Amino acid sequence: MNAPVLPGPLKDNPSLARWVAFPAPGQVAINTGRVEIGQGVLTAMVQIAADELDVAMTRIAIRSGSTAVTPNEGYTAGSQSIQFGGVAMRQACADVRALFLAQAAKVLACPVNELSIRDGSILRKGASTGQDYWTLAGAVDLNVDAGGSGARKPIAELESIGTSSARLDLPAKIFGDAIFIHDMRLPGMQHARVVRQPNRGATIGSVDERAILRVAKAPVAFVRQGNFLAILGDDETAVDLAAVAADSHVKWQNVETPTAIQQEANWLLQRPAVDRVFGAEPADAKGRERFERTYSRGYLAHASISPSCGLAHYDNGHLTVWTHCQGVFPLRAALVKTLGLEASAITVHHVQGSGCYGHNGSDDAAADAAIVAMQLPGKPIRVRWRREEEFIYEPKTPAMIVKVHALLDEAGKPTDWTQEIWSPTHNQRPGAGGNLLGALALPHPPPEPPPNDVPESNGGGATRNAEPLYDIAAKRHIHHLVTETPVRTSALRGLGAMPNVFALECCIDELAERAGVYPVAYRLAITADQRARAVIEKVAAMANWQAGEPGGAGRGRGIAFARYKNRAAYAACVVELDVDEEIRLRHVWCATDAGLVINPDGVINQLEGGIIQSASWVLKEQVRFDNSVALGHASFDWETYPVLKFSEVPEIDIELINTKDEVPLGVGEVTAGPTAAAIGNAVSHALGTRIRDLPLTRERIMASLLKE
Amino acid sequence: MTQKFEFTVNGKPVGVDLDNEETPLLNVLRNNLGLMGTRFGCGLEQCGCCTVLIDGRPEKCCAKPVWSVAGKSVVTIEGIGTPERPHPLQQAFIDEQAGQCGYCLSGIVVSAKALLDNNPAPTRAEIAQALDDNICRCGSHNRILRAVEKAAAQLRGGQQ
Ligand code: FES
Ligand code: FES
Repeated sequence: MNAPVLPGPLKDNPSLARWVAFPAPGQVAINTGRVEIGQGVLTAMVQIAADELDVAMTRIAIRSGSTAVTPNEGYTAGSQSIQFGGVAMRQACADVRALFLAQAAKVLACPVNELSIRDGSILRKGASTGQDYWTLAGAVDLNVDAGGSGARKPIAELESIGTSSARLDLPAKIFGDAIFIHDMRLPGMQHARVVRQPNRGATIGSVDERAILRVAKAPVAFVRQGNFLAILGDDETAVDLAAVAADSHVKWQNVETPTAIQQEANWLLQRPAVDRVFGAEPADAKGRERFERTYSRGYLAHASISPSCGLAHYDNGHLTVWTHCQGVFPLRAALVKTLGLEASAITVHHVQGSGCYGHNGSDDAAADAAIVAMQLPGKPIRVRWRREEEFIYEPKTPAMIVKVHALLDEAGKPTDWTQEIWSPTHNQRPGAGGNLLGALALPHPPPEPPPNDVPESNGGGATRNAEPLYDIAAKRHIHHLVTETPVRTSALRGLGAMPNVFALECCIDELAERAGVYPVAYRLAITADQRARAVIEKVAAMANWQAGEPGGAGRGRGIAFARYKNRAAYAACVVELDVDEEIRLRHVWCATDAGLVINPDGVINQLEGGIIQSASWVLKEQVRFDNSVALGHASFDWETYPVLKFSEVPEIDIELINTKDEVPLGVGEVTAGPTAAAIGNAVSHALGTRIRDLPLTRERIMASLLKE
Repeated sequence: MTQKFEFTVNGKPVGVDLDNEETPLLNVLRNNLGLMGTRFGCGLEQCGCCTVLIDGRPEKCCAKPVWSVAGKSVVTIEGIGTPERPHPLQQAFIDEQAGQCGYCLSGIVVSAKALLDNNPAPTRAEIAQALDDNICRCGSHNRILRAVEKAAAQLRGGQQ
């Protein structure tokens, strides 16, 4: 018999003791490598364990993201926590349950199939046996490798999975408990701020310590290593004042400031790039006209509501780091390289921060704290970035140009589709060989990482969702990985999926219009995938979409669809909006097939979040540069980088379908692309003219109206 | 020179000795009084994370010098309700699962409290308007609006 295939994270961390323990009578402890970033993952993990172990949720305590105790599951990213991490948890618990049932059968001298478990107690033919997980725990060694043969419960028997359990972490946030990393205080702790190196290669010319001390009004100290300079002290207010003063009293040399022209996606077209082609060369189009359209999006900020924060304590040769980053193990690996410590001398713990939506400044803030802590053994160090620091120095998601070239048949349907992409990398996470910001300022900065992007096996970076799911005879994409950028770029929710789906789904709408077919029917005519058809039909019904709805009078509706990464969840959105000089979103309908749903309300919450964030990107957001402002960064606070406000969010209706499928599919990022494209399509429907560049600003709307 | 600043926080008198009278109230709450519920988001009076009630009015306290609240009454999220005695707003936020990362919620609950104290029957548009100074980056807006509507109805005595 073939050995069962283990879910990836379980194969990587096979010891069951890494996943499950029974620490005291009545108590269960589970460990996950995934971390809570506001998506409700810990609650979902507890639901999974409750079902597969047959214990009440209230018995389960969960630990997450610690190099000391939890499995190494890489990053909490890419909508993979449930799709992979949850499946691994489910199998680990099923294996544990099977081991205990086998032991119980031995103790009770009966066949396993007479046994069942109810809230941790072993029952024989439904009657209690006096045995439970805790009486048997001494005899069951969980320091064994998972075999993957423990039977997972049939979907129909799941009780906890599939219910909208209340989020376990939410009450603490509603009552204002000290649960965020920002709230950690350690005895003897020093507050620190880093005087940021403006760019790789910039060097400190002079530091006017006396001027800075005068402003601080209380004692602060300086720690310097190469071009890494930090200011620290007991009094956070003084440290903050000093950090602000340092903006004018620390002089830098070799400063490069980005310029306004570099903020536009078009700037990428003439830059050096590494080119890759996926799929065959374009078909011979001789004598046939290609349908070509070009779409773009500017740089975006993660703009997490809390600036990044990290704590570190170097004591007796061991470094302990607390971080809200998405991957404690990759961060540890990067710290090993930066600090020259052995991995065994570093422990990294995750503590919750605000939503990050990707690779923001969190890893860097942790590294900042670690670098300072290494200079001051015995003293716990807390670094908290300033708001401006977060906006200017967090990695941005890259600007992108996406050009679609299509060949059409007589009915106006695509037969040959090429999507050509210009984009800087979407991955400079520390684990990818990307660098921690503080490390670049140290005396021996690491070399520039070689050009890379997320591999196709992980869903691609700039190429994510570059291939339509539609039935098109020939599909390919061309990736120009632009290697020269004005700012550091890295992962933001969905990576290239948003610009690619925006381009693809807007282009599909343009083709539908050209063919005179209404957008829902046009999509269905080129889609055999039953699950894709189901969400498209569902959302059209939810929105009561009528063929040939009149548009062009300032109100419009648009639809768009995607399957995230072409292998995670399916979503289709309809957007209704009004446009005069500006866009006002009225309503968004969304149908999603995420396969097996662990927590329906949790999934809907994430889908809503994805819709609103994407709407914010599309309507308002672009990181701007201007070399007449300090350091060239014109987006440095909430006024210069506004996001969608309460009075601007639309009504949202979401329905989940096919929730009892065997396989769960990640949802955190699936709505970003369809929302963006549905807004683009609705604006075109409302105005009768199309805007292909994001964000859809007032200036662009006015310009497009003037063109008419 | 060290000065003493006296005011009330959540109904209790407090006195804090500080060298710098410009110390923001937010830092005093968090670092001197150990009340971590009021969050730091920007320090620029732009995001609303640090909203507290000062003499009943919602105010951002990240850039509010401590001298300016001397003798005044400050109410923070910790003073609005507790798990044992939740304010109807907090119960409604739990019921509606109104939040994702939750970092914005302290300021939002406080802003909503100020609204309902003045306007027991706000329309959805009025609630949105009142919360426009509070940023939520996770996109929990609609749940939050529903929760505030629900709490308002509850506070009015369950009508509607
Ligand atoms: S922290 Fe005070 S408004 Fe942002
Ligand atoms: S829930 Fe994360 S910012 Fe509002």
